[in-house]
Amino acid sequence: MQPGLSFEQAPPISVPYRFFLTAPLFGIAAGLFLLWQGPAAIASRWSPLSLALTHLLAVGFMLMAMCGAMLQVLPVAAGANIWRPLLVTRLTHAGLTLGTLLLVAGFLAEWPLLFKLAVAFLTVSLLFFALAVLLALLRTPAVGPTIVSLRIAVVGLFVTVILGATLATAFGWHLSLPLTHLTHVHAAWGLGGWSLLLVAGVGYFVVPMFQLTPSYPAWLSRSYAWALFCLLLAWSLAWLPDPRPQALQTLLACLAALLPLAFAVVTLRLQGRRRRKMVEPTLLFWRLGAGSLIAAMAVLLLQQLLPAVDAYVGTPFVIGTLLIVGVFMPLISGMLYKIMPFLNWLHLQKTGKPGLVVPNIRDMIPEARMFMQFRLHLAALVLLLAAVALPVLVYPAGLALAASCLWLERNLVTGTRNFIRFGEELKAAVARERQPERPAAA
Amino acid sequence: MAKLGETMEKHHKKCDEDFAAAEEAAHKGDWDACAKAYTKFRDEVLAHFSVEEDILFPPLEERSGITSGGPPQMMREEHEQMRPLLQQMDNALEQKNAGNFTATGETLLVMMQQHNMKEENILYPMIDHHLGDDRDITARAEAGLNG
Repeated sequence: MQPGLSFEQAPPISVPYRFFLTAPLFGIAAGLFLLWQGPAAIASRWSPLSLALTHLLAVGFMLMAMCGAMLQVLPVAAGANIWRPLLVTRLTHAGLTLGTLLLVAGFLAEWPLLFKLAVAFLTVSLLFFALAVLLALLRTPAVGPTIVSLRIAVVGLFVTVILGATLATAFGWHLSLPLTHLTHVHAAWGLGGWSLLLVAGVGYFVVPMFQLTPSYPAWLSRSYAWALFCLLLAWSLAWLPDPRPQALQTLLACLAALLPLAFAVVTLRLQGRRRRKMVEPTLLFWRLGAGSLIAAMAVLLLQQLLPAVDAYVGTPFVIGTLLIVGVFMPLISGMLYKIMPFLNWLHLQKTGKPGLVVPNIRDMIPEARMFMQFRLHLAALVLLLAAVALPVLVYPAGLALAASCLWLERNLVTGTRNFIRFGEELKAAVARERQPERPAAA
Repeated sequence: MAKLGETMEKHHKKCDEDFAAAEEAAHKGDWDACAKAYTKFRDEVLAHFSVEEDILFPPLEERSGITSGGPPQMMREEHEQMRPLLQQMDNALEQKNAGNFTATGETLLVMMQQHNMKEENILYPMIDHHLGDDRDITARAEAGLNG
């Protein structure tokens, strides 16, 4: 294929920032939700309360930030230009925001109309987003494991959305479907087939880039996405036959769990060999994410192999917390602290002119405040995990989660305000230089 | 003879190494080591820009038919965005201002890395495709990088 060779610059800064500034608000809502509902919110994986909580974080926080980052990063870093980026942005952002609120309200009120509306908003916006992103990824001339990983991840997003829409349709129209099985498969694709593959695709270039580590070994980066995708697919199909081939399914699940485990171990080892020795917030967020991923996969393996762990009611909550609060939220926070200062700088230096010094990326968000959010988030994770054994801890856990997301929001608002302030200062400086020299006042 | 794209990619890594050494030295306040590593880094980056702009991009544009607005033009523009940052690092080094040196350095690093990624994933495969067989260009590029 003759590569499509237009190479547009970054989309307008408002494209990603609306997603970045919205995502932490859903995180704050999740923290407050825990304070409001208390131990009932985490009593069972299948309660409407815990499904509401999961979707506040998985869709409202995670997917929101991931979509915004993809719309930004694809054209800039991968040469993948998105068709009508502003239209896709508006539709995705509005659909995700309203759809998440309707879905959460649907779980809480158990009112079918809310599910019907949520299906409409989330399905239309997310399928449109996934299609636009997939087309851009298929048309880019770029090569490499990141692009392959991202393409497969978007297919994983398609599967997740279609399964999610099927489930919500079943709630909305009272269809009799094997809801438990479908929920397992939906969650596996959302967290594994989409989110973990996105993390891998992004990790292949940002881990070496920010810390100057060696590259990921080719045996991992070439096979990881395909292998995880195929294992998930086989595992999903193994739900269909009656009787179900349980031993085969357990084997597939264990093999699938070993892959992210290997990715996390390799990531930590690469970071151990980094050339840049400074400890900065994004490094800490990545280490927390990789450590939690190892823990999550270890628990998943135990769940598959030991009947007692599988039977324990808290196991799904531990795995979900480790993945969502331990892996994805920290990685997203760490990435936002790199993306936003850099985008600020990139757009600002186009405002200025030669000779004018543009504030650098460390001037955008104070580093001390990023470290503070890291500590709050770590506290939230530890308390949430402890709340499985001691449910009353759900209250301080909720408080810490809300505080972490509030801090993240505050830091991102600071970044956005600094962008506006520095932009105005640069424009004023350019205007001053253009004015003819006036004679000095007598 | 190594493939052109591979040679250029290896040179990126060499620049990264010297950048890390300069940054670490600045962090420790070892200004002699910093000046040595940074000067090496800066000269390597500028030589890299020259090889691309003077030796590789013109024949690439001619042979591929890509003119304005294509990847080579984008890469030239990004080189122009990086040059002022090198100047600011020169100044910070002269003033022995570790804060400015590392903050500007980090800005340059992120800019440079996303730039390198585009080159390695898009531009260098194009260069190998269109110029890979040209021994004269390959030899001149290697001489330019090692000059």
